Amino acid sequence: MAELVLFIVFGIIAVVGGLAMVLHPNPVHGALGLMATMLSLAVFYVVNSGHFIAAVQVVVYAGAVMTLFLFVIMLIGVDKSENLEERLPLQRQLAIGLGVAFLVMIALIGGNAWITAPQAATEPNGSVEAIADLLFTEWLLPFEVTTLLLIIASVGAVALAQFDPRKREEEE
Amino acid sequence: MNDWIDVLIVLVKVVVAVVIMLTATLMLIWAERKILADMQNRIGPDRAGPAGILQGLADGIKLIFKEPIIPSRVERSVYLVAPILALVPAFLMFLVVPIGRPFHIGDREITLQAMDLNVGLLFVLAVSSMAVYAVVLAGWSSGSKYPLLGGVRATAQAISYEAALGLALVPVVIYEGTLSVAGLVEGQSGKFLDLFPAWNIILLPSFGFFLLAAVAETNRAPFDLVEAENELVGGFHTEYSGFRFALFFLAEYINIFTMSALTATIFLGGWNGPTWDGSLPSSITWIFPILWFSLKTFAIVFVFFWVRATLPRLRYDQLMELGWKRLIPGTLIWMIFFAVAFAVRQFGAPWAS
Repeated sequence: MAELVLFIVFGIIAVVGGLAMVLHPNPVHGALGLMATMLSLAVFYVVNSGHFIAAVQVVVYAGAVMTLFLFVIMLIGVDKSENLEERLPLQRQLAIGLGVAFLVMIALIGGNAWITAPQAATEPNGSVEAIADLLFTEWLLPFEVTTLLLIIASVGAVALAQFDPRKREEEE
Repeated sequence: MNDWIDVLIVLVKVVVAVVIMLTATLMLIWAERKILADMQNRIGPDRAGPAGILQGLADGIKLIFKEPIIPSRVERSVYLVAPILALVPAFLMFLVVPIGRPFHIGDREITLQAMDLNVGLLFVLAVSSMAVYAVVLAGWSSGSKYPLLGGVRATAQAISYEAALGLALVPVVIYEGTLSVAGLVEGQSGKFLDLFPAWNIILLPSFGFFLLAAVAETNRAPFDLVEAENELVGGFHTEYSGFRFALFFLAEYINIFTMSALTATIFLGGWNGPTWDGSLPSSITWIFPILWFSLKTFAIVFVFFWVRATLPRLRYDQLMELGWKRLIPGTLIWMIFFAVAFAVRQFGAPWAS
């Protein structure tokens, strides 16, 4: 019962937040909408007893990523009006077409019968110990591969941010 | 029936926690002004009550009765929400801190902690990372230059020091093997080498890094560039007055108190300490854990004030350099070193099998 109420309340908040993110003309309000969506997702995780995932969701997305977004928005300047001219031709038509295709696909898949795994007999265990256990035994290889991906990404970021040394000397 | 009693207990705990935080804030405001005054050869507040101890209360009443001014260029909805957003994380963080030994009423165990989470420390980090939004949104919604600069500084500072704050805790978690705050306190009971109390302060680099990052995270001097009064007038709260300003003020002091309580709990053994259980009646001994906890907390709070009186404010580039080039690599190296050392101790050297 409580689960259903929480789902409805925070589901509405998440959808409204997502719509605000896309539709609101002011970027800061948009960012706030996105944050509301992310916090609602964290609540869903808690309801499904995934406390660890919920905490990580708040730390990483609501805490770090959104703060970074806000920082960039403020650094660029909130008051600048957005340039609404579309540079890519056919962008709008393509978006509508792909959106319709996506909806049709969902309707097709959703219409079919689903094969679900047998329900686990035990309570879902979202504790840190359980996740660590799975992560470092069964899913170790995918975990390490993801780590590698992140390292490559950060090395790429450093390479992009690196100044041209000759240019730097001229500046100094 | 039992469910209702449980709900009631939690409600009582939360109310008690709020009362503790509010009274602590009143005391901290007075203590800070007195301590700073002593360190600067002044007298400090001495009018309201004995030795000026009611100064915080007087300030609070003054702020409540002041006219709240809303400047005409503010982004109204965000402007009004920001002070509340500042208070919420400050309150939430304290809820996982155990302030004393659990006791029993009938066969029901009552912990002096509003909630013990399996992910306690992660919860603390998550909530403390939300605290920056109040500053940023207050700065942005004020619609004037200086608060906006304060807000932008706050985001950069929070991102930089959050990482150090989290990384400094990793060795503690490895060492204790738990993220639950109550578990951490339990793990610190007893003796280390039969000589010292087994507090986590033996992980000295972690303690240092954590305290440094905590001062930066609460935007206190010498890291208070968010409100640097000689550059930014009042920083993010320049356009706030009356009770809304009081909320920011309250949030800052609650944050100091909570961060100190957390540091005391994570590194100084929390409520652990001698209780003389056998030789004194239990009607007296119950007070000792709470006393030890308070003493440790206020010792850390004193460090916050001490640092403010001693060190000049950092320049902005120095702040960023300290965060990114010293603290984060420092915590990373210490974390890797500790993890390897701990693993070798636990499982033996990799070549020894």
